[in-house]
Amino acid sequence: MIVRGIAVAGLALAVSTGAAQAQSVPAVIFDMGGKFDKSFNEAAYNGAERFKREFNVEYREFEISNEAQREQAQVNMVRRGANLVVAIGFAQAAAVTKNAAENPNVRFCIIDSVVNAPNVRSYTFKEHEGSYLVGMAAAMASKTGKVGFVGGMDIPLIRNFAFGYEQGAKAVNPQIEVFQNMTGTTPAAWRDPTRGGELARSQFDRGADVVYAAAGATGLGVLQAAADLNRLAIGVDSNQNHLHPGKVLTSMLKRVDTAVYTCMKDAHENKWTAGALRLGVAEDGVGWALDQNNRPLISADMERRITEARQKIISGEITVRPYQQ
Amino acid sequence: MDDILLTIVSVAGATIRVATPLVFAALAGLYAERSGVVDIGLEGKMLAAAFAAAAAAHVTGSPWVGLLAGIAASTLFALVHAYACITKAGNQVVSGMAINILVAGLAPTLAIAWFGLGGNTPSLASGARFQAIRLPFVDLLAPVPIIGPIYAQVISGHNILVYIAAALVPLTGWVLFRTRFGLRLRAVGENPSAVDTAGVSVVALRYRAMIICGVLCGVAGAYLSTAHGAAFVKDMTAGKGFLALAALIFGRWLPWPALFACLLFALTDAMQVRLQGTPIPGIGVIPVQFIQMLPYVLTVLLLAGFVGKAIAPKASGIPYVKER
Repeated sequence: MIVRGIAVAGLALAVSTGAAQAQSVPAVIFDMGGKFDKSFNEAAYNGAERFKREFNVEYREFEISNEAQREQAQVNMVRRGANLVVAIGFAQAAAVTKNAAENPNVRFCIIDSVVNAPNVRSYTFKEHEGSYLVGMAAAMASKTGKVGFVGGMDIPLIRNFAFGYEQGAKAVNPQIEVFQNMTGTTPAAWRDPTRGGELARSQFDRGADVVYAAAGATGLGVLQAAADLNRLAIGVDSNQNHLHPGKVLTSMLKRVDTAVYTCMKDAHENKWTAGALRLGVAEDGVGWALDQNNRPLISADMERRITEARQKIISGEITVRPYQQ
Repeated sequence: MDDILLTIVSVAGATIRVATPLVFAALAGLYAERSGVVDIGLEGKMLAAAFAAAAAAHVTGSPWVGLLAGIAASTLFALVHAYACITKAGNQVVSGMAINILVAGLAPTLAIAWFGLGGNTPSLASGARFQAIRLPFVDLLAPVPIIGPIYAQVISGHNILVYIAAALVPLTGWVLFRTRFGLRLRAVGENPSAVDTAGVSVVALRYRAMIICGVLCGVAGAYLSTAHGAAFVKDMTAGKGFLALAALIFGRWLPWPALFACLLFALTDAMQVRLQGTPIPGIGVIPVQFIQMLPYVLTVLLLAGFVGKAIAPKASGIPYVKER
């Protein structure tokens, strides 16, 4: 079986050097928020860039700027010869479902949603597990016994962040008060930093001293508000610790970059398979960020307790409940 | 009791912060429309100013240079609008809309070309932003109940642009109703041929009004990206220009009522932030969607029932052509 795999890979390599069609032509479609949102889309961008660097394969890209573009953007990529379309964000699920059925020879990857089709690979994450860890960090860092959460668009996915965060915070301090705010109910909620800042300020005014932002570019306003008022914020998706060193307690890492990279790499090496993958703490799909920017904020005791909880989640000793069930 | 006071103070503080750009933009629209030029391009001008201000503040590290750049960009577009509408007697709504669409594309494109951050500008360091000002006597008044916290959080602790906005309202009232320029401005918006007959240039008056409009929109935009926010983000005005226009109509083209309309819009926004997820006695937690609907419901109700008939300046929207 392994021998056959190598043979196929060798064959593919031989073919790809000869004929252009067999080569993987990847395309990445970023969602609203833009590829430099320093968060979710940027993680996807980093994954795609890593693939480009390592394999020297160019990819096409498109940034969605209004909701009607999603389906058309995918169709365009296919028309222009892409045979792997990586769709970033749950909002592209409907478009992927339709286009995957119409283009059975094109491979699709979707992040943050599940599409069941023979030519689609779906990546979802156990955000609640990663959020549990940063929730613990927030509760341990909080002096007031009040912490906050600012979400982007009000959808189950974001509620999942909040739900895990609350469980983590309550695991450290059962009496802790967790404020929750959602920015809006439309995709514009992903890029409204001034509103994010106001939401964070209202939570700080109510006594919270750590606020977790899971809101794409809106979260930048939350981080800014925390820096302005000398409180702490928690970043999301990408490592955002460097944005305001010493004011970002930690970041909940969601390895969208790894998902995008693996998807593109597998397609390139002809190891691509369809199916749904759900990445949690155990698969290193989610985690928390510790680097020189937030080192002074995380005490040895905090680090030990979070690492312990991480181990317990992996071993099944702690179960973090997802919102969707 | 303390809890309620804290809530009121925090909501009032947020209201002022959110209302400031609306006030600038509404006053900008007031000068334009009082002179007889309909300006639905407030949104685009604010966006252009927000971009120019953030870019200049980032490069020079000074919010004041950013403010000037924002004013320059916005005034440029105001003059484009003026040229199309006043000199060429074009359709004012079309020209305003064209500016909105142009800027919505142009600003992110320039941002991509100059900064390579996907249509945003880099986050500004704290020195490159307008910082909150602590008014004197905050510590002195702090122990005083009620007045202490109100003074500290509602009156003190805003950036300079907020105070400028507050001062602009009475100033506009004075200019409009107590000066010769104001009289002529109102006249040119009601009956331009009478002004012309009296030997005053309609074109020059309207150009001057549009320049004031551009300057004020410029400050509004700079506030968004260098005072309230800390960078330019694609589409960051998010309809504030139109909201300001609504506040202007709401306020019947008068400075004080327009200010109250802006404060009302901002208050519903601040309340909405605060009400989210907070259980209300006897009702329980209200769904987010319902709360987010409130500002719009309120607008419709007030417009339909309480404001009365809003009468626009008579010549507003009509280009002036000498021989008719």
